[in-house]
Amino acid sequence: MTKAIEAGASAIVMDARDHVATAIKDLQAGDHITFMKKDQATELVLLDPIPFGHKVAIEDMPAGTEIRKYGEVIGRTTADIFAGQHVHVHNVEGIRGRGDQANAKQGGTQ
Amino acid sequence: MTHIMGYRRPNGEIGIRNHLLIIPTVICSNQVSSRIMQMVPDTVAIPHQHGCSQIGADKDRTFDVLAGTGRNPNVGGVIIVSLGCEVVDPQELAEAIRPTGKFVEVIDIQAVGGSVKAIQHGIELAKEMRAKLDQMQPEPVALSELIIGVKCGGSDATSGLASNPALGAAADTLIQHGGGVVIGETTEIIGAEHILASRCSAPETSEKLYHIVDRFEKEVERMGADMRGGNPSPGNIAGGLTTIEEKSLGCISKCGTAPIQGVIEYAEDIPKHGLYFMDSPGNDIECVSGMAAGGAHLVCFTTGRGTPTGSAVIPVIKITGNSRMFERMSDNMDVNVGEMLDGTLSLESAGNRIWEEIVAVASGKLTKSEILGHTEFSINRIGPSL
Repeated sequence: MTKAIEAGASAIVMDARDHVATAIKDLQAGDHITFMKKDQATELVLLDPIPFGHKVAIEDMPAGTEIRKYGEVIGRTTADIFAGQHVHVHNVEGIRGRGDQANAKQGGTQ
Repeated sequence: MTHIMGYRRPNGEIGIRNHLLIIPTVICSNQVSSRIMQMVPDTVAIPHQHGCSQIGADKDRTFDVLAGTGRNPNVGGVIIVSLGCEVVDPQELAEAIRPTGKFVEVIDIQAVGGSVKAIQHGIELAKEMRAKLDQMQPEPVALSELIIGVKCGGSDATSGLASNPALGAAADTLIQHGGGVVIGETTEIIGAEHILASRCSAPETSEKLYHIVDRFEKEVERMGADMRGGNPSPGNIAGGLTTIEEKSLGCISKCGTAPIQGVIEYAEDIPKHGLYFMDSPGNDIECVSGMAAGGAHLVCFTTGRGTPTGSAVIPVIKITGNSRMFERMSDNMDVNVGEMLDGTLSLESAGNRIWEEIVAVASGKLTKSEILGHTEFSINRIGPSL
């Protein structure tokens, strides 16, 4: 799950199956980033600012896509997301531990 | 480094500290316990909110955590301060600690005639006990005697990228030396349990792991709660973590790659060798207190956002992969592996850096949380009080 990080990299992809890269610098909209996936360098232009530690989409995903980081599902997209956009709580939701949804399905008890 | 420096207890266990612990059996004896601690140097009290009106599993949990903390090998002597009418029986508590062979005394506030007399009696007992403990000398002990907890809290994206995998490498090193590692936080393996389950050494262990995660998730659903209300926390989200699943996948790398030998209950005795999972809350203090009660000698605690917390009886080593926070909170942080993100520090070297700190702390080096007197303690609750 862990890989060596290239010196000077601005974003890192953890697994070949991932839809996102994690910024390891504060990045601005319009910045060009290069990330490695399957040992291949790909360049991408950022559509949004991406703060340090936050995620950027590295491919287009329609709403409802099961989104992957570390090669594993980390949630579902709630809006169409394009490569270069910020991926976070505004366009991705968790699937697990969602008592609110279980409750809504039963018509709610509150 | 082939050994650590430890205090050999009468039952053969090894402590890496030589604490005199003052245990209030109930919230009502907190103040007397704290006063005794203030008057006698090198004593530590563990005030808490429990011990009165508790029933069933909830009462048992309070008892188990208090007894386990008293039995922790880092504790050389115990003074139990009882009010006299609580549900946690002070004599039973003393009996649960005595088989370790360490010094155990009980004070009953109602029986001795109130706070002033109880404090006075406590100070006398503590001074006598402290003098005996101070005569003990640490001796070289094998690394295989060491049990560490691995924990993360105040996580950000750097936790999953750097500090957790680096801690995992150090955890693997301890297991290769024959030591023990415990990982907890049932709430924070949700979405990653299948990976840990695939590493269990026996099918029953993997079933138990699935069972405790399912039990917790059902409880969240029964309450109609949205996990996202508390986890990821606002700080986790600011740090770039989006969902509990993402946080969990980053969390689990801190326990390394060894097979999981068993799943144990909160505060249950941690077996000495190999990797174990403790069914515990993600809440930092409750989790660390459960590990201390289970007999961990120290906890390695990774954080990206930064946290000052420690433990009453075990050193807590703070490790970060976030160099900006390390600079900002250098008073609280012990180890930085942030150069991993610059590509200038390999995973192996980062793991070695943490391993060297573990050995140094287990041989007497104080952690930042110890230097600052962070002695947090908290008992996880599971049921009703009357």
